[in-house]
Amino acid sequence: MTDATTTQTEQTEQTLTDQLSLYRVGLYAVLLTLVGFFLAPIEAGLVTSFKTTTAVTETVSYMPPGPEGFTLQKWETAFDQLLRGLINSFVFAAPATVISALLGSMTAYGLTQIDWRGQIPLLALLIAGIFIPYQAVLVPLSRIWSVYIPLGDLLWFVWAILGISDDYGRLMALSISHIAYGIPICTLLFRSYYKSMDIDMIEAARLDGASVRKIYQRVVLPLSTPMFAVVLIYQFTQIWNDLLFALILLSSSSSPAAPVTLILSGLGVAQQGLDFALRMSGALLTALPTLIIYILFGEEFAEGVAS
Amino acid sequence: MDNLFDKLRRLRADEGDEPPVRTDGGTATDSSRSGFREFLGSDFVQSMPFWLPPFLLAGFFVYGAIGWNLLISLTDSSGFGPVDYSSLDFEMYARAFNDPAFIEATRNTLVLLIGFIGICLVFGLLLAILIDRHIRFENTFRTIYLLPMSLSFVVTAQFWLWMYNVNNGMVNAFLGLFGLGPFNFIGNPELVLPAVIFALIWQFSGYAMVVFLASLRAIPQEHYEAARVDGASTVKMYWRVIIPQLTNAVISALVVLMVFGLKAFDFLYALVGGFQPPNGADILPTLMVRVAFQKNQWAYGSAIAILLFLLALGVIAPYLYYEYKQGTI
Repeated sequence: MTDATTTQTEQTEQTLTDQLSLYRVGLYAVLLTLVGFFLAPIEAGLVTSFKTTTAVTETVSYMPPGPEGFTLQKWETAFDQLLRGLINSFVFAAPATVISALLGSMTAYGLTQIDWRGQIPLLALLIAGIFIPYQAVLVPLSRIWSVYIPLGDLLWFVWAILGISDDYGRLMALSISHIAYGIPICTLLFRSYYKSMDIDMIEAARLDGASVRKIYQRVVLPLSTPMFAVVLIYQFTQIWNDLLFALILLSSSSSPAAPVTLILSGLGVAQQGLDFALRMSGALLTALPTLIIYILFGEEFAEGVAS
Repeated sequence: MDNLFDKLRRLRADEGDEPPVRTDGGTATDSSRSGFREFLGSDFVQSMPFWLPPFLLAGFFVYGAIGWNLLISLTDSSGFGPVDYSSLDFEMYARAFNDPAFIEATRNTLVLLIGFIGICLVFGLLLAILIDRHIRFENTFRTIYLLPMSLSFVVTAQFWLWMYNVNNGMVNAFLGLFGLGPFNFIGNPELVLPAVIFALIWQFSGYAMVVFLASLRAIPQEHYEAARVDGASTVKMYWRVIIPQLTNAVISALVVLMVFGLKAFDFLYALVGGFQPPNGADILPTLMVRVAFQKNQWAYGSAIAILLFLLALGVIAPYLYYEYKQGTI
């Protein structure tokens, strides 16, 4: 379109540049208004999180607090209450992210680079797993981990040696569940990447007699690094942000192994009315890890999201 | 390229170190076994350790669990204790269709999905077109528009609860400028569902934008220029020439937005900090979890889950078939 506009500009240069600049001003005005729309809830949350309880009710919600209404106390309270959850979330989300990404890469490699007719139906089955509503598996999932594989009881010696509550068995179950339900999306992401990968290198390695495993270790895996960044970022955000599985498998926000989203969903409710400043600081604290990742790796996040 | 040859050389060296027998077929070398050994050495068998274990793990948790869920939905299981699988019937499904709570939740689910997906697609397309106007700081704008999507529903629910607050909320402050309100968005059964839909649109229209933007960028520049030469106005150009080429993007965004919409359970749970969403905002995902995990009516909850699954399948199955036909899987 730039080309088209340049040719036109030659004819009626003066009036058109006037029009164009007016049009550009309007365009940027709209874009900036939208920035306001997307940032407003976060901005209101941020300024509110620094307000005293009286300042919350007496000042306008999106204005920063005055000097007498400013406090860091809500952040301290939120940090005290959420620290356990933040640690728990890291403990279960980090391994789940890495393992599901690795398994996804292996599955995609096994089903993409190998010339085998049965791969498409299997892939279709796997990909359908991305879109199922999780409610359809919740009751069996809770039964698997509470009745048939109660990790809290089965691995009692682990929790005893570590000196932690056997509720961490449930956290481990949560981690494994996230791995299982993360495999389909990770496979899909890696598959599209492997499909577009240069086939010559793999063919050459194969002609040289390298085994399927060797090709993966020496050629495919090193070349997958950019896609691993995308998948790890996407998966970590998904797993960190989840509430449903945590609620079903941990059941109580008072559990010592409760992830941060579970604790946050009940934060600041018990007092008379809602403590909004506490809730906002808690929300921002919970969002901080994913926000940092997003600001640093927005490009990779967008790529994962778009596929 | 040097790097590649280097890699290949190393590969070959490694292979040389290994004994010539590639499978654990032992030392048996008589010719009758060679067909079997060829099978063991084939790509299919060699690739199995890569995809089979993850596939079985995911398959068990997805399809095993759905099948099991279907089985539980045919029992009368409730309360604590083991499930009795001896008498199976469709009683729970009959109960669902006669349950006013189920009917209302189904209606709310459809309103939520249609409203959310429809507006999200239109708004996302507009955002994509704006971003595609050769603007400066394109990446910054795009990053900000997509930002809400990186947040948890639990987090955004807190933000929007504050935004919708009757006394101090920013939404009411904004509407007050036009002499409207204040409205009690969360407390009013008429307003709560549109309010939730609006919050979801805020969170996910950036996603629709990213999908549309990728699609817009894939359209050859000549199509724009041809429309320009024909003297089409900008609106006409998009409406007649560009938008019809976005069918694929619309379909894939629609399916993913539906999945996000059904995950609104997290949002509604966090909004009130409990299983019972605000009056007027009960959707099938919240009803199912409440019935199963608060009231311990496992069979009934499973039946609702199966009906929800069928609802989602009605959208997903045609999509997957379409992708399969297009050869994009």
